[in-house]
Amino acid sequence: MERIVLPEIKDLNKLEVYLQNEGYSAAKKAFSQTSDDIIDQVKKSGLRGRGGAAFSAGLKWSFMPKTSVKPKYLCINGDESEPGSFKDRQIFESNPHQLIEGILIASYAIGAKTAYLYIRGEYHKWIKLMEKALSDAYEQGFVGDKMKERFGTDFFCDIYIHKGAGAYICGEESSLMNSLEGKRGYPRVKPPFPAQNGLWGCPTTINNVETITNVPPIINKGWEWFSRIGEPKHPGTLLYGISGHVNKPGIYELPSGTLLTDLIYNYAGGVPGNKKILCVIPGGSSMPPLRGEQIEGIKMDAESLKAYGTAIGTGGVIVMDEDTDLVKVLARIAKFYHHESCGQCTPCREGTGWMLKILERMVKGEGTSHDLDLLISVANNIEGNTICALGEAAAWPVKFMVQRFRDYFEKRVKNEVDLPVPNKVHSMRNTKFPLAELNIP
Amino acid sequence: MEFKFTEENLKRIEKSIAKYPDKKAAVMDILYIGQEQNGWVSGEVMREVANILELSPEEVLGVVTFYTMYYQKPMGKYHIQVCTNVSCMLRGGYEIFESVKQKLGIDNMQVTDDKLFSLEEVECMGSCGTAPMIAVNEDYFENLDKEKTEQIIESLKNKN
Repeated sequence: MERIVLPEIKDLNKLEVYLQNEGYSAAKKAFSQTSDDIIDQVKKSGLRGRGGAAFSAGLKWSFMPKTSVKPKYLCINGDESEPGSFKDRQIFESNPHQLIEGILIASYAIGAKTAYLYIRGEYHKWIKLMEKALSDAYEQGFVGDKMKERFGTDFFCDIYIHKGAGAYICGEESSLMNSLEGKRGYPRVKPPFPAQNGLWGCPTTINNVETITNVPPIINKGWEWFSRIGEPKHPGTLLYGISGHVNKPGIYELPSGTLLTDLIYNYAGGVPGNKKILCVIPGGSSMPPLRGEQIEGIKMDAESLKAYGTAIGTGGVIVMDEDTDLVKVLARIAKFYHHESCGQCTPCREGTGWMLKILERMVKGEGTSHDLDLLISVANNIEGNTICALGEAAAWPVKFMVQRFRDYFEKRVKNEVDLPVPNKVHSMRNTKFPLAELNIP
Repeated sequence: MEFKFTEENLKRIEKSIAKYPDKKAAVMDILYIGQEQNGWVSGEVMREVANILELSPEEVLGVVTFYTMYYQKPMGKYHIQVCTNVSCMLRGGYEIFESVKQKLGIDNMQVTDDKLFSLEEVECMGSCGTAPMIAVNEDYFENLDKEKTEQIIESLKNKN
C-alpha cells in the first residue's frame, strides 16, 4: 500500500530530497488553476478532517467568503494533545515540506496571505525541525514574497509558527484562535463561525496538520485517485497511532477502513503474553471505548465506527489487556479532563471534578453501585451544556465506559473483580531499548 | 528587582511582534523569552512584558496562569517532567514517577535543596507510541523503564 502522508523515502525532510520527489509541483499546478477549482477538487476527493470531527475539508474551505475587505487567515492545528495521539509529530519530523506545500495550496484556495502553524509548546524538538524546514523553504522562494518568481504567480503567502504553552483546550479551534491572539485560551461561543469571524475578527479556516499534508498528493494525482483509497465515505489513508498493551506500538499509515483487529494483531504485533483484550479506545481518550470481545470485524473509519457508537477521533488506538484495572484507567482519564477544563462553563468545570472524586473513591475500593449511576448522571449533565466539545470529551469516556462495562464496574465496586494484583495497571516494559543521547547544555 | 531584556532578546521580541497584525499576540513568545532569561516568570518579568506590549500586568498574568509551561516560581536546573496519562500509565508511567520521586526525594512541583532538579507530573506529551517517557527541560527520553530513568537522573547528577 502506497503511503501518502509519510512516504518511505529517506531524508524526505530535507528540501532537496523533497524536490527530487516532485516536491512543490502540486503548489505550482494549483496556482495555475482558480481557487474554486482547487476547492472543488478537494471536495470531490472526499478528504475529511483528521483532527477529530472528520468534517469535509473542501466544504470547510468553501465556507470562506469569496470577497472580504478584511484579510483572511489559515490556521493549522498542530496542538496534538489528546492522550493516545502522536501522529502530527511524525509529519513535522519526516515530511515537513509536504505540510508546508499543503499550507500554500490551502491558503491559495481560501485566499489567505498569512498562515499560522500552531504547535504545542512541549514539542520543542519538532518546532525546531519545522522552523528549519520553513526557513529553507523561505530561502529558496517557496514561501513568502519570493514565491512570485519561484512559481511565476501573483499569489504569495507567509507562514508563521506559533508555539503553544501547555493547554489541551487550545486544540479546540476557537480556543486556538484566542491563544494565537495572545489571550487565555478560552473557547468562543459559536456562531459566529471562524469562516465569518475568526482570528482578529477576520475570516479564518482551521485545519489539522494531517489533513493539510494530504492536499498536495490530491492535487498532483487527482481527486479520483484519492477518493478510491480505503472506505468511500472517508477515503484516503489514516495515521493510526497504537499505544498501550501491544507489542509494537507506533504510527501506522494504512487505508481508512482497516480492520481494528488487523491493526492490533498484524501491524502492532498483538498483545504481549497473548493476553485477551479487555478494552480498546479507538480514537484518542475522549472517544467511547469498545469491549474487547466486540472488536472483531470493526473497520477503522468515521462511518463504520459511528455504527458502533464510537468515533474515529484522531485515530489514536489505546489497547488494554485483560489485567488492566479499568477503574484506575477511567480515573486517570477523568483527572486529565478535570485538569484541562478551562473553567468557563460550570457543568464542565464542576462536573469533571465530581466525576474525578467519585472515581478516586472507587479506586480506593470505597465505591458503591449508586456511584455508577451518579457518574452517568453527572456526565449527562455536562454533555451538550458547554460552549465547546471538551464537555463531551470529558463526559463520553466516563458515561460509555460505565455503561458498556457495567458488569465489570458492578463487580469492581463490590470488590469482586479478580485483579492479579489489586489496583495494578502494570508495566510491560522489560525489553531493552537504546538510551537517547543526553543533550543538555 | 527590576527585570530588563538583553539587547539580543529585544531583537527576538521585535521579530516575534512582526509575525502578528496585533502585537498582543506575541505575549506567549515573549513570556518564553523572559522565562529563558530569568529562569521563571516573575512579577517583574510580567510587568516588563506588559510594558513592551502595552498591556496591563493583569492581562499578562491571565495568560501566564492559563498555561502550564510558564513557571511562576524558580524550577531546578533540570526540570523533570513525567507523563502519567493513559498510554504511559499502561506501560508503567506511575512506576517511573514514583522512582523519580524517590530518587530525588521531592514531590510533584517541588525543587531539590541544591536547586538542581525539579519534578512535575505532566499530562500527555504525545509519546504514547514510545511510552513511558520523561522530559528533561526540552528533551524527550522515551521507551523507558525504571532502571533507565534512574540512569538518566544519575548522569545528570554526575554532570554537576
